[in-house]
Amino acid sequence: MGIRDVYRQQFRTTFASFVQYRASIFIWTIERILEPLIYLVVWSAVAKATGGSVGGFSVSQFAAYFIVMMLVTQVTYTWVMYEYEYKIRHGSLSFALLRPIHPVHTDLVDNISSKLITLPLMLLAATVLVLVFKPTFSPPLWAAALFVPALLLAFSVKFVVEWTLALSAFWTTRVSAVNQGYFVAALFLSGQMAPLSLLPHSLQVAASLLPFRWMISFPVELLLGRLNARQALIGLAAQGAWLALGLLLLRTVWRAGVRVYSAVGA
Amino acid sequence: MEPSPSIQVKQLRKSFFVTERESGVGSALASLFRRRREEVVAVGGISFTLNPGEVVGFLGPNGAGKTTTLKMLSGLLQPTGGEVSVLGHVPWKREKAFLRQITLVMGQRNQLVWDIPAADSFELNRAIYRIPMADYKSAVQELTELLELGPLLRKPVRNLSLGERMKCELAAALLHRPRVVFLDEPTIGLDVTMQRRVRAFIAQYNQRFGATVLLTSHYMADVEALCRRVVVIHHGKLLFDGELAALRGQFTAHKTIVVKLEDGEADGALGRLGSYGEVISREEGSVTLRVPREDTPRVTGRILADLPVIDLTVEDPPIEEVIERVFAGGGS
Repeated sequence: MGIRDVYRQQFRTTFASFVQYRASIFIWTIERILEPLIYLVVWSAVAKATGGSVGGFSVSQFAAYFIVMMLVTQVTYTWVMYEYEYKIRHGSLSFALLRPIHPVHTDLVDNISSKLITLPLMLLAATVLVLVFKPTFSPPLWAAALFVPALLLAFSVKFVVEWTLALSAFWTTRVSAVNQGYFVAALFLSGQMAPLSLLPHSLQVAASLLPFRWMISFPVELLLGRLNARQALIGLAAQGAWLALGLLLLRTVWRAGVRVYSAVGA
Repeated sequence: MEPSPSIQVKQLRKSFFVTERESGVGSALASLFRRRREEVVAVGGISFTLNPGEVVGFLGPNGAGKTTTLKMLSGLLQPTGGEVSVLGHVPWKREKAFLRQITLVMGQRNQLVWDIPAADSFELNRAIYRIPMADYKSAVQELTELLELGPLLRKPVRNLSLGERMKCELAAALLHRPRVVFLDEPTIGLDVTMQRRVRAFIAQYNQRFGATVLLTSHYMADVEALCRRVVVIHHGKLLFDGELAALRGQFTAHKTIVVKLEDGEADGALGRLGSYGEVISREEGSVTLRVPREDTPRVTGRILADLPVIDLTVEDPPIEEVIERVFAGGGS
């Protein structure tokens, strides 16, 4: 009984729904494999053309970066921002509001379930890429150990931030503009397109001040052994701070949003 | 002692602000700078009380404020003014203890997960509403029997017909045995047989569990079969609250008399029948008259005395006609 029972049942529900969409799930997963693969190929070509390395990344280090990036993306991605507007316009949020449970639970389990389902395919892809691109990285043991909590925190921060942003749908019908702006920023500032250390200094500062670096790039940097112990601890602290702030915002924005929703028509 | 009411509504009001503009490019540009906001009153101060176990029909034409009221009662909308209390709770606070005791079924929307069998959605509801396993099993069994769900529960919801889906929706919404049930057009789009099935089920559910039911429907057959009492609203105002029978009395000044005459007599008697009342229809061997309510006994007696009658029935006008009159008269 209790919340664990809800999570277990929601997992079954999501799993059963996903099985119905095998083909789409497969295509989305391929997309998540292809994106880092394309950056990997491009950056490898750049590195080769400029004498074997760019900004401290050799060809095999780029391979390591983007393969780890692929796995981190797999763990951290969410689609809540695409979903919320639909939920509000089509009234499914009304049903969610009338249930004696906070809707964030459903979305969280939904998200985790889908990742567990596609994980085997991801691991297979990563293995193939490792064999083909022969990445090199040798993190110190402590960094490898801290990678796991850093990864989980990265997911938590990203989920909470994006869930909160998704709530903009309560106030505006231009959600796709909000989403677009956010995704462009995330593409550059979270290190998905290039390692943050290759960006201009000002963008690096922005990435560290905003939550972007802590949502994706940080665990990758950690596992690649590019951070010293002090930087690692600062990173974990930043993640913790963003998570706390994010949860606070989520609560506040959710309440305000629901108030608007129940004032102007559900 | 009077039982404490399940639902208490006092001077309930809800208004929305709607921005509006004329059509055309010029006014579209103008609206970028200056928006005209207009207050639209959806519910303008209505009051009523429902006692535990009552089944009440909530009637009104489209846009009367029915759904808005149901949404305020179930907690989806916060009232602009007035008071609502459902089972002693303020609905819009949506306390868990409140949500566990109510349900809202909207005939035009569904809560079941589309791609999986309803049985799986039921399990999810069991977990969310924290229904003890034994209660859950007996609830599923009972609902399966009452609604004849049997094989439907194992099919993906998207493969069900509209009626089958509605039955599953009802079951899913009632698994936690809510004490207050809000039904917004539960039979919309269903064929006659299925409507009857759903109707019978609602009556059975009400009898078995003593649940309070507030129901909106455009099918008067639903209302006649289920509700002794109706609350009628129009333009957000309460027009009538009382027994369905009294609604007829209050809003229709006429009854209809159907007279069956002996073969060959109908034609000859027609002219004379016209003098008893207004002839509204005429078929072979029978004539239907409309007569002022208070004249009915006298007219009936005269017809029976004067004409070769085989059969005569006095009827109230169909409820649809009554409702139409209510809305026509109560407008604006």
